[in-house]
Amino acid sequence: MSAVPGRVGPNHPQPARGPEANGRTMHSRLDACFTAARAEGRAALVGYLPAGYPTVDGAIAAMRAMVAAGVDIVEVGLPYSDPTMDGPVIQEAADAALRGGITTQDVLRTVEAVADTGAPTLVMTYWNPIERHGVAAFAADLAAAGGAGAITPDLPPEEAGPWLAATAEHGLDSVFLVAPSSSPERLRRVADISGGFVYAASLMGVTGARAQVGAQAEGLVARVREVTSLPVAVGLGVGTAAQAAQVATFADGVIVGSALVRVLVDAQRRGDDPESALSGIKALAADLALGVRGGQGAVPVTA
Amino acid sequence: MAIRTAAPAPSADAAGAAPLRPTGVQAAADWQAFPDASGHFGRFGGRFVPEALMAALDALTEAYAQARIDEAFTAELDDLLATYAGRPTPLTDARRLTDHVGGARILLKREDLAHTGSHKINNVLGQALLTKRMGKSRVIAETGAGQHGVATATACALLGLDCVVYMGEEDTRRQALNVARMRMLGAEVVSVASGSRTLKDAINEALRDWVATVEDTHYCIGSVMGPHPFPMLVRDFQRVIGVEARAQVLERTGRLPDAVVACVGGGSNAMGIFHPFIPDTDVALIGCEAGGDGVATGRHAAAIAGGAPGVLHGMRTYLLQDEWGQTQVSHSISAGLDYPGIGPEHALLHETGRATYRVVDDTAAMEALALVARTEGILVAIESAHAFAAAIEVARELGPEATLLVNCSGRGDKDVDTAARWFGLLDEPATAGTAGTTTDVGEQR
Repeated sequence: MSAVPGRVGPNHPQPARGPEANGRTMHSRLDACFTAARAEGRAALVGYLPAGYPTVDGAIAAMRAMVAAGVDIVEVGLPYSDPTMDGPVIQEAADAALRGGITTQDVLRTVEAVADTGAPTLVMTYWNPIERHGVAAFAADLAAAGGAGAITPDLPPEEAGPWLAATAEHGLDSVFLVAPSSSPERLRRVADISGGFVYAASLMGVTGARAQVGAQAEGLVARVREVTSLPVAVGLGVGTAAQAAQVATFADGVIVGSALVRVLVDAQRRGDDPESALSGIKALAADLALGVRGGQGAVPVTA
Repeated sequence: MAIRTAAPAPSADAAGAAPLRPTGVQAAADWQAFPDASGHFGRFGGRFVPEALMAALDALTEAYAQARIDEAFTAELDDLLATYAGRPTPLTDARRLTDHVGGARILLKREDLAHTGSHKINNVLGQALLTKRMGKSRVIAETGAGQHGVATATACALLGLDCVVYMGEEDTRRQALNVARMRMLGAEVVSVASGSRTLKDAINEALRDWVATVEDTHYCIGSVMGPHPFPMLVRDFQRVIGVEARAQVLERTGRLPDAVVACVGGGSNAMGIFHPFIPDTDVALIGCEAGGDGVATGRHAAAIAGGAPGVLHGMRTYLLQDEWGQTQVSHSISAGLDYPGIGPEHALLHETGRATYRVVDDTAAMEALALVARTEGILVAIESAHAFAAAIEVARELGPEATLLVNCSGRGDKDVDTAARWFGLLDEPATAGTAGTTTDVGEQR
């Protein structure tokens, strides 16, 4: 498997971060990543895996493997006791990670290890763990770990004031979601506070691979573009290279979560050794990386 | 009196003389200082949900705003409450219980006599009518012990709506009769095997359903919890309890009660009976959280006594959570109180001091259950027994000159199996149980 050309390698110096980096005035690492992908005439590939599954170090290895195989941006999931937006695959992994004793500190350690690859690294988390950690403290700790920002799917713009202030102070991007049901007013409101990119949910539902990408995804992306110049990435239900290729024709980023998590869950169920699980992650990530470049890939639909 | 408080209700304009209307919904118009326009009760409440649900919550808020001032809607709800649900429910003088306790005069608001056996019917009839008004044809609900599930299935059968009830796998086993009851009423019962397999996970699963089906589906939340507008909506539909009770106590005794006592899980029966009394600042409002094995053991469901503010199920409120913000599993002998959070308006009432919250553990609740059965001939729900346990304490604190109103929120038929096992009645059918306080009841008279 060859490294994807144009990537920032693991040993390259990382961009400025921490309190001196102001996300409102300087280009963030996410901006740079989307700009680079656009220059190559392709969409960026965003890969999600939960921290702590199957172990903290196992998850770090899987995340680094998917970066090596062509994932541009990593979402580090913070496993949560009540994942109301997630389907069964991510629930199963999150439950197992929690049973294994995962903590917010472990998640931050994971971010640090993944950000070391040079790939912009985001935390994907429900809101309460951030609030419990302390809003300002979480932003500071995430920035110190080298994180690029966070995605907070259950934090609406109405409640986001303190978080926006904290992330701006630490040069972090705050990514928010829009959905097919979002009114034009809400699209504008969400886009106005978003940094890095806007996360467009392709369908009305929870996370999980689907046989087809939601029919509303393309229209939603078009509606988002009317209200912002930020990149738009599409997630929910995207799991194959063909689907990634399809989404890449109209979106700036393709987000894949459950399909990747499923590789680890299946490996765990089969009792595979860690190396073969990593091989599975690499194979799917490489396939998806071809997809965002317009290729159709070789890994079949697993939904 | 320690339990009294002079702290004014934050929303109180002193106009306590709201007209007695069967629904209480229109009268609630006087009480809209909370929540504010964005659904906050002070720093609590709000809407912490995925963006996909925002449009539906806005639509529900708007539909309710129109319905509550629509005479046709309120008349239809009034009619259902009167001719179908059995309202107004009576106020019972608990004479033998009062004598036994030797304190304040204890009056019972008999929600156990409402159709389906608890106050839950008040809310579901309102929400089912709203569902039809919004042009939706399918209703989903969560349930713990099954009382809200049964009430929802009932309202859906009555109004011709499809009904799916999510219930934790543990609860479907423990409450098998209520599962059968819901199915008899035409509902589909989905056993939830994710997470801790309890009420909170049933809510998670209902939310997952809703985000995918929101076009034609209404989520009928069963308590004063969840994202705005649910805490307001459910409160307003349950407010009828307090509106009736306030008038009934005035008529019966010529004055307001000194205290109102109710059990609190999410807190809908408590909010329903408290709310009309909020401006009556001489009336102490006392909520009873489920103490399980005791707050000190960590095995309890007392969100205020043993929790901290956080965000769960779309609202900011007091929660049982660990240092990382992960929800902790609650414990109570009462499935209906076995929830790690509490409605956001209760969190506000607690913080402002307008209401106080006590903890009643499993043992105290079961002793009260037995006592009320023996003295009043009322087998109350284990949930309601928590209110009775605190009421016994409060009655003694207040003394014989005072009057105490207790919300008897549900009947205990569903709990006979649990109670029989607790008291060992299946093995020793002719004797009183193991709790001790039951045996001296007869000797008091």
